[in-house]
Amino acid sequence: MPNKKFSSPSKLNLAALPGPHDTTRVVLPNGITVLVRENPGSPSVVLDGALQAGAIYEGRVRAGLASFTADMLKRGCAQFSFDEIYERLEAAGANLGFSSGVHTLSVGGKALAEDLELLLELGAAVLQAPTFPADHIERVRGEILTSLALRAHDTRAVSAMAFYDALYGAEHPYGYEDDGYPDTVQAITAADLRAYHAAHYGPAGMTLVIVGGVTVKAAVALVERYFGGWKNPQQTARAAAPGATAPSAPVTRRMPVAGKTQSDVVLGFLGPRRADADYQAARVANNILGVFGMYGRLGASVRNRAGLAYYSLSRINASFGPGTWRMLAGVNPANVDKTVKLMMREAERMTSTLVTVEELAENQSQIIGMLPLQLESNEGVAGALASMELFGLGLDYLQRVPGIIAALTRAELRAAARRYLQPQRHVLAVAGPE
Amino acid sequence: MAKLKSKPKPLVHKTRLANGLTVLLREMHTAPVVSFWVWYRVGSRNERTGRTGASHWVEHMLFKGTARFPADALERSVSRTGGVWNAMTSQDWTTYYETMPSSDIDLALRLEADRMRNSSFKPADVDSERTVIISERQGAENSPMFLLGEELQAAAFRVHPYHHEVLGDQTDIESMQRADLYEHYREHYVPSNAIVVAVGDFRATQMLARIRELFGKIPAGNAPRLFARAEPEQRGERRVHLSGDGQTAFLEVAYHIPGARDPDFLPLVMLDSILAGGNSLNVFGGGLSNKTSRLYRALVLTELAVNVSGGISATIDPYLYGISCVVRDGRTPEEVEAALDAELDRIVAEAPTATELAKAAKQAKAVFAYSAESVSNLGFWYGFAEILDDHTWFANYLPRLMAVTAQDVHRVAKRYLARTNRIVGNYRPAASGPAAASK
Repeated sequence: MPNKKFSSPSKLNLAALPGPHDTTRVVLPNGITVLVRENPGSPSVVLDGALQAGAIYEGRVRAGLASFTADMLKRGCAQFSFDEIYERLEAAGANLGFSSGVHTLSVGGKALAEDLELLLELGAAVLQAPTFPADHIERVRGEILTSLALRAHDTRAVSAMAFYDALYGAEHPYGYEDDGYPDTVQAITAADLRAYHAAHYGPAGMTLVIVGGVTVKAAVALVERYFGGWKNPQQTARAAAPGATAPSAPVTRRMPVAGKTQSDVVLGFLGPRRADADYQAARVANNILGVFGMYGRLGASVRNRAGLAYYSLSRINASFGPGTWRMLAGVNPANVDKTVKLMMREAERMTSTLVTVEELAENQSQIIGMLPLQLESNEGVAGALASMELFGLGLDYLQRVPGIIAALTRAELRAAARRYLQPQRHVLAVAGPE
Repeated sequence: MAKLKSKPKPLVHKTRLANGLTVLLREMHTAPVVSFWVWYRVGSRNERTGRTGASHWVEHMLFKGTARFPADALERSVSRTGGVWNAMTSQDWTTYYETMPSSDIDLALRLEADRMRNSSFKPADVDSERTVIISERQGAENSPMFLLGEELQAAAFRVHPYHHEVLGDQTDIESMQRADLYEHYREHYVPSNAIVVAVGDFRATQMLARIRELFGKIPAGNAPRLFARAEPEQRGERRVHLSGDGQTAFLEVAYHIPGARDPDFLPLVMLDSILAGGNSLNVFGGGLSNKTSRLYRALVLTELAVNVSGGISATIDPYLYGISCVVRDGRTPEEVEAALDAELDRIVAEAPTATELAKAAKQAKAVFAYSAESVSNLGFWYGFAEILDDHTWFANYLPRLMAVTAQDVHRVAKRYLARTNRIVGNYRPAASGPAAASK
């Protein structure tokens, strides 16, 4: 029983984390990879999956198409109507959702453990044979357009859009918005949605992770029953990861949003790919810069000492192509320039001076120590397994990663900071009152 | 259904220390983590005009350190373990929690016992936190829904302190001084006004002994002077109209409802589920989609609104049941309101069906199960229930909810969904006039 494994609390018990010893990985003949981890006491089950059908396949002129297609799945399929789909889900107290990211379409579901079949049956039905009913297309289009109107007046969203656009360029899949723009969403037709589905939805490269109060045998059998027969000979090959180059000189975008009291600031750089050798070093360096404690060094300087912001933090987002390393804050418009100065100073300090021995040790300790907490819930385990599969990290990743983090040196952190936090190659985006 | 092999032991051990501190312990050995919470019976409900926002500001000051745990050391020592910690302030309570590897949880006990009495409130920290909180408030003001909610609350409560936001009014954040905050802290942060909750991988006897050792020596202090001003009955519909930036209009309608201890509260939870979909009362809790709910069908499928949600909070004093809608581009708040009224009239006229009630019950069961899975979630539930009533409020919540009948739901619909009992608020874009002209 897992309980026993935790009886020595003095250090992390690697065997208690999900790994090859307690996670089953099966590849179906049609290409779907299934990962299952039992959590015997749990009353619920979580489904976490991905298909190779993200926004990377749509292009800037059709921005929003992948996301619109995902939004239409539960609006009706060959087997069930909109009412039937939601009646069954909601009557069971279950959630099943689809959302489009850049590379993949994500599948997320949660139900009482006895309702796993419901999730898989409905999931298979809507992914394989959506019907795109005309009345729902217009209803969903209206909902998307209203959400885009809200986005245009949300300072955090506006600063983020300007940042990505400036860093990657408008045509780059990381540069345009997955949700699209009013003109592109207006232009999407029923034929576009059908064609997108036909070309990109299929079992090749698809992953389904199941974690909770179910058995491996039952879970795999259900996936085989509902997804085993899915074929799509037309499915497009997986898109190559896009490249990107940081701007050769600083770029500033100031976006006026009328009627607001606060400005949102993003100051960032091109960051590592998930597969880059220095990803973990950059991740720990970022933890020191803007995560540890209350937002790391940025929190100490912008929030605690200067009292300028409620939030002031940093984030690394790494995927298949070059990602981002961003510093973020929400401040009074009068304090934007002061905040930007403090951010630049902290970024520069990461590149010029080694972090202290103690900083490195306590950040390593945090990142390793948080694993049991992150992996306490079914969602946490499913998310970790899904990400390990997506990036090909191997089923023993959680057993290996503490060693990888613990082996990092101060010089490696500084080298990663120097590679990415190049002062002359930053993008600054500010959205708020003029 | 569930197979019970033996009679279940009580899951929660409840103890009251000599100084009045309530302790709730629940062992759970599924993962090597412990969630430790300290709850105080203080929130915006206990604030007078001129000191609105004091409870929330005090919460911020408790992260600024004590003589023994200076702010920086505090943060670092918790983070080093990989643990998470945070705090929340509501109308009725303020709570602090640490969820950490079980081997490190003693740190949480020591720091919480220390900051119950010894937080420094240095004048320089008060000043820097003032601007942080103003920034927090200004960030919230960027959202039209916050602005509308704040006005609606103010219109709903003329007398009761629920009239102001937990964040406080800007003028009070600007004017309050260190002495105001410190007095608020010393008055309310006493053992008899607090509840300690621990859930997770520990032995209850050892945990209780350690809590006694650390918290038992804190002097009992005087019970806080309660500040209670009951809201008089509302004698007619109230309306709030806001205008501001953006292209999108919003409608929010709120009805006065009783507090969580009232027998009508659980029928109202079921009413909300039938009208607007199943939601959790847990702050971490997720809800479900609501596309088969009555209001989604009446407002969203008809393309008047892009979404609708119901909001019911379990509070000590009577508060509000709110229904919020984002108006669809090209439609007006008036059109949405008319359709909403027609739908509410229907449930006032006729009891819900057995099928609807069964669906609401299953949803409640599922949402409840999801929200009780992690140690942090349970830590929240036990403390929250104890603040409202008693921790058994949590254990009894589902059985009592399952006992609600269609007639109960109908009765509370008739009683509370009256026009005279409500406040209607709308927000519309200023520049473009009606939302219809916003292209």
